[in-house]
Amino acid sequence: MSRYDRQIKLTEVGQKGQEEFRNAKVLIVGVGGLGCPAAMYLVGAGVGKIGLMDHDRVDVSNLHRQVLFKESDVGRPKALVAKERLEKQNSEVQFEVYEKPLTVENAENTVKQYDIVLDGTDNFETKYLINDACLLADKPWVFASIYKNEGQLSVFNYKDGPTYRCVFPKSTRQNISCETTGVLGVLPGILGTLQAAEVIKIILGAGELLSGKLKLINMMLSSEQTIKLNKRPEEIEKIRKGGIAPVDIDCDLKDKEQWYLDVREAFEQPKPKGKKVLSIPLGDLTSRYREIPDNQEVFVFCQSGKRSKNAIEILKNEFGFHNLKNVEGGIETIIDG
Amino acid sequence: MTVTIKYFGLVAEAANKFEEVMELNGELTARELKEHCLNGLSITDKDSVQIAVNQNLDDQITLKDGDEVALLPPFAGG
Repeated sequence: MSRYDRQIKLTEVGQKGQEEFRNAKVLIVGVGGLGCPAAMYLVGAGVGKIGLMDHDRVDVSNLHRQVLFKESDVGRPKALVAKERLEKQNSEVQFEVYEKPLTVENAENTVKQYDIVLDGTDNFETKYLINDACLLADKPWVFASIYKNEGQLSVFNYKDGPTYRCVFPKSTRQNISCETTGVLGVLPGILGTLQAAEVIKIILGAGELLSGKLKLINMMLSSEQTIKLNKRPEEIEKIRKGGIAPVDIDCDLKDKEQWYLDVREAFEQPKPKGKKVLSIPLGDLTSRYREIPDNQEVFVFCQSGKRSKNAIEILKNEFGFHNLKNVEGGIETIIDG
Repeated sequence: MTVTIKYFGLVAEAANKFEEVMELNGELTARELKEHCLNGLSITDKDSVQIAVNQNLDDQITLKDGDEVALLPPFAGG
């Protein structure tokens, strides 16, 4: 009995559909709450090649929703752990692991190597990046996003259909992730699984896709709604002509007179503006510590407060800084507005 | 005339409701209604909130009795 017998029995699949699964190449950007369940079902279906892209490592606070990871994986790279788990599920699938973020530099070339992109990211800048890269490479992508108990889902850039910029032409700095707002594990589970379903329908060329439609789900209220979308040709033309338009999300910090040290990587957002904000990624501190003022109090921050704590330890123990204060809750707690 | 307004995401949170029925006097476009609804809510980036009227994304349309207006902010979480 074949591994795929139960799906081949469906008229929408058959031997031909199974062959299409085997020939399909899907890139999953962000192997988290959405990416984990999506990957499991696509691997189960026998998608031939799956790219797993995530620069992050497994944190214990991920385990309630990122269902590929176990306690013993904490601290290990998500993309690699996911591959190790998924190849045990289906050894016929070929995996490509990218332990790095999608960037303006690598986006178009990476996307080109796949048929479909599944968006498992948790930030606006990467969603716009996926959108622009898919537009330029002429690939469809399956979008999902979450806010607390609500989710949004759509298929963008499918056969010349509407893109993300046609719905949300303007980015926002209200970049609120599950880390700050909270989320029940089951919601990204539902959304990620629906994303996998859209990918499967694209591969099979079967059914009705969410192209030109935005599905809204409220898990708590058990309600859903589908909004019809229109193309904004000027938004599409802008990217076709000008290439990827990176989205920088600026923000102001509450205290303009206070010195701040941002120890996040260059790609991390939002980016605080101001004369007294110094940006030195954690890994560069030992070569650039001289830039940090040592005669007045400096608030050190990162995304969550963890790396900034490490940074203070290093700067205190190795270079004698005594004027540093950790921003415990990360950048979201010091943004103005 | 009466319209039903549906709130989503952080707009629902700021408004402290998911739905409301509103009595309107005179002609109003969807965009004008959005401005009216968001006025006074603690949302820093009102431009990013999109409007759908009767499940169609459109902010130029003039509202009529019985319309359902959805206010849709972008979500980023995953």
